[in-house]
Amino acid sequence: MTGINVAVIGTGQTAFRSRYDDKTYPELAQEAVVLALHDAGVTHEEVDAIVFSMAPTEFMGVHDCEKWAVDYVWARGKPFMRVHTGGATGGSAFQAACAHVSSGQYDTVLVVGADRITETPDAQFVLNLIWDYFYEHDFALNTVTMTALAAQRYMHKYGTTEEQFARVVVRARRNALNNPTAHLKGHITVEDVLNSARISWPFKLFDICPRSAGAAAVLVTKESLARDRCSKPAFVSGTSGISNTVFMGDRMGPFAETDFADQAELVIAANKCYSMAGITNPIKQIQATELYDPFSTFQFPILESLGFCKRGTAQHLSDDGAFDMDGEIAINPSGGTLCTNPIGVTGLVRVADAARQIMGRAGDMQVKNARNVLATAAGGSTQFGVITMLSDEPRRKTASI
Amino acid sequence: MSKSKTPAHHIIHSDWHVRYNYPVGEVGAHFFDGLKEKKILATHCAASKMTYLPPRAYCERSFNTCDEWIEAGLEGTIEASTIVTAAFDNLPPPPYAIAYVRLDGVSTAMLNFVKNMDLSDVPAAANQLQPGRRVKVKFIDQPEGRVTDFHYVLA
Repeated sequence: MTGINVAVIGTGQTAFRSRYDDKTYPELAQEAVVLALHDAGVTHEEVDAIVFSMAPTEFMGVHDCEKWAVDYVWARGKPFMRVHTGGATGGSAFQAACAHVSSGQYDTVLVVGADRITETPDAQFVLNLIWDYFYEHDFALNTVTMTALAAQRYMHKYGTTEEQFARVVVRARRNALNNPTAHLKGHITVEDVLNSARISWPFKLFDICPRSAGAAAVLVTKESLARDRCSKPAFVSGTSGISNTVFMGDRMGPFAETDFADQAELVIAANKCYSMAGITNPIKQIQATELYDPFSTFQFPILESLGFCKRGTAQHLSDDGAFDMDGEIAINPSGGTLCTNPIGVTGLVRVADAARQIMGRAGDMQVKNARNVLATAAGGSTQFGVITMLSDEPRRKTASI
Repeated sequence: MSKSKTPAHHIIHSDWHVRYNYPVGEVGAHFFDGLKEKKILATHCAASKMTYLPPRAYCERSFNTCDEWIEAGLEGTIEASTIVTAAFDNLPPPPYAIAYVRLDGVSTAMLNFVKNMDLSDVPAAANQLQPGRRVKVKFIDQPEGRVTDFHYVLA
């Protein structure tokens, strides 16, 4: 990406919890916008365009609900679009907003979304509907079983144990204690995870994210305005996205181009993002990550694909505490997606949490000297990947516009 | 998390009943007609040498039309599997096992149930379904041209 440098100057998140009976869907989105505008010190009149972040709407039960939210997010009279790449939606919506600003078409863009997953009693039934009716739908695919298939393959390749995945959950819930908006948080043990109900091998209940309701908003603007409005903007130094075939069976075995177990397409996206941001040694140059990890098994393949360590070694680094808040790199200071998953905005929450690290506004989650913080998002049949780098300086070359 | 204090009359209930008719397409029709004859038919691309299940009209690697139908072997190798022990709305009652299997002669893996297994001890059953394990295709007696006409059993 070349063009005008882009920065985050404000973010807003509601608390995330199972239900919001005191607010409707657009009222929830509105709350996040108010928080983000206050955080940025910007009025809604100064927003030039809105990108709405929303994944499948069947969970909350109003089709194409973005139209319901238009006036609530002060979009009336302005350009408005919804972006949807499943779980990766928030990352993709943020990427679209960055392109809006970077191209010079709009100066200040609001990315906002809200989701509510428990309006319907079984979200996994809705998620079964994302597969084709001819070849895959009949075989009980949903995001739990889909990811269980990848996890079993990963365990077979690298000898990972259920205990090693459980340690990821323990760390996530502990980190989330510092996050005022996190849905699940607390001190739990490896045994608590192992003793929770079996869902789909190797998953127990605690290996799986909750269904969260809530909203998030992020305000991006061009460098000149950002420096004027914000003492410490979070610059978007790199942004990349990648997609892969919906057929997971194409991503397995000797003829596969990328391995489903490894989320290996992320290697390509990471290299693109790193080349923009000037990253040559991720573990040394990146201080924290906000990974999209709705299951305990996501972190290891993602960290390996992002180049933080070699294949099959993340589990050992995790055991040794390398990914703790005081380890080699802070993985998900917020507790991540394992603790909070409002699907349509989760990727945006990752960006917001990463940006607040750079801005020095992460509160009890703050990582010292955060200069580069990475956010990811994943969606579809783990087929969409978005990687965003937030940095204390733009890093990227500015085109002469 | 927090228990709602919202009175029941402030919650509006609804169900969606939407009906659909999905055409399977020309390539799908050939595949599903093959199932009626207890054959699993894959598409092949001469340029890339890839053989696809589910069948594809077009090879995304070579950017050519798949030009041949190939009868897949009725045995194959597990690439990934799981054993489901929780109940989900509108999905089969647990427990059940599903696996991606690369049938002999085919480049890609296809999902289906693995049946006729004792799933009472989940870790033990999972150990039986490791990638690399061989399985066989078993057709139902009266195939009706649906992907559910067959399933896998351990070889």
